[in-house]
Amino acid sequence: MPDMKYTKDHEWIRFEGDVAVIGITDHAQNALGDVVFVDLPEPGREVTAGESIAVVESVKAASDVYAPITGRVTEVNSGLVDEPALINSEPTAGGWFFKITPEGALPDDLMDADAYAAFVESLA
Amino acid sequence: MTESESLHTTPLDALHRELGGRMVPFAGYSMPVQYPAGIMAEHLHCRAQAGLFDVSHMGQAELVGEGAAAALEQLTPADVQALKPGRQRYGLLLNEAGGIVDDFMFANMGDRLFLVVNASRKHIDLPLIESVLPRGVTLRPLPDRALLALQGPAVATLIPTPMSFMGITEMQIAGIPVIASRSGYTGEDGLEISVAADHAEKLARALLAMPGVMPIGLGARDSLRLEAGLCLYGNDLDEGTSPVEANLVWSMGKRRRMEWNFRGADVVRDHLDNGVRRLRVGIRPEGRQPARGHTPIQRDGAVIGEVTSGGFGPSIGSPVAMGYVARDAAADGTALDLIVRDKPLAARVMPMPFHPHRYAR
Repeated sequence: MPDMKYTKDHEWIRFEGDVAVIGITDHAQNALGDVVFVDLPEPGREVTAGESIAVVESVKAASDVYAPITGRVTEVNSGLVDEPALINSEPTAGGWFFKITPEGALPDDLMDADAYAAFVESLA
Repeated sequence: MTESESLHTTPLDALHRELGGRMVPFAGYSMPVQYPAGIMAEHLHCRAQAGLFDVSHMGQAELVGEGAAAALEQLTPADVQALKPGRQRYGLLLNEAGGIVDDFMFANMGDRLFLVVNASRKHIDLPLIESVLPRGVTLRPLPDRALLALQGPAVATLIPTPMSFMGITEMQIAGIPVIASRSGYTGEDGLEISVAADHAEKLARALLAMPGVMPIGLGARDSLRLEAGLCLYGNDLDEGTSPVEANLVWSMGKRRRMEWNFRGADVVRDHLDNGVRRLRVGIRPEGRQPARGHTPIQRDGAVIGEVTSGGFGPSIGSPVAMGYVARDAAADGTALDLIVRDKPLAARVMPMPFHPHRYAR
């Protein structure tokens, strides 16, 4: 797995060159259940780490998705608009949400895969 | 004491956990919101084949003695006295102001009335009923009975019965004595089955062993009833809402609407004669974005109501909702704005049910 980081809000970040690709984890999609709608941010928007910038709606409930890092949204996954179920079926591949070009330092509480797995375990 | 320690469990609690149910608190009970298949698959399976629901959290009781039906009619505008043996009806319990204390099912078992009330309201309903009983009529709560619902088009072949929709009978299923009614909360054909708590797990396992029967949690129960246009007490009905506002006048008996001798009758009569300011309607948001309960409803920039239940309808493939709107915005097709996260979401008033009922009438 190439340099994946995770947040306590159950987002994953994959760094591809200058850009961070971001989505929600398998644990998160499983907890949400069947996703039926996503509200994505406008490309070009400047976002701050911790800010709610997207919403994911399952059959049951709506949940916020937070910007895990500070920077500018460069692209969103418009394929999710017609096929939100990709978030359930491929959470870390076709189900990505948005790309952010990071600005400034990354938050110091990002976790690697092992630390995230331990975090999820601690919630059970 | 933590929340989970203070929750009640149903007689099927161990089975839910064995089946991988995701347990959540609901009306003071620990209940499965879904099983591993997920809400969408459970919902669609129930409409295609058959689903088993544990609804043992609901309150069951019997009313016995000469004059039981007349006594119950003090609290409900439904026609209880004319209900024939072997038949069940939907009714509303009202307060003095004509507000809905609960919605419930009542059945004529020949020698007694059998009642099913909402889990969240049984602590209010049963003392209320008790308070109006004359000498010789007794209310017997049945806390030692479980309630299962088997719903879907396959049920008629899995458990053949001569009953039509809203029939009720004492019978045996898998050798276990039950009270079964041909009714439910999904819009599908099916049975609601009252069984002694001791036999509930054995019965549930026998039903799950039948071909095409899948366990269904509260999540799909909610999306199924919403597509069927059926109310959830606490969301769509409350003590500040009359049967006229709730669009449930059909549950009032014709004779009762001439006698006007039930609690809250003067208010209900006024609402029928002079109209109401708001009405419960079906609402279809355009696009795919659901609008949940408490979403404000606007028309021409002014707030005219509120969504009371809303979500995604898996059988419709789009969001569905119900709510209360001003009387002049209640006509089918009226364009509305639902204010979701501060943005208007275009929607229209639509007739209910959203998914056609398939009862065995």
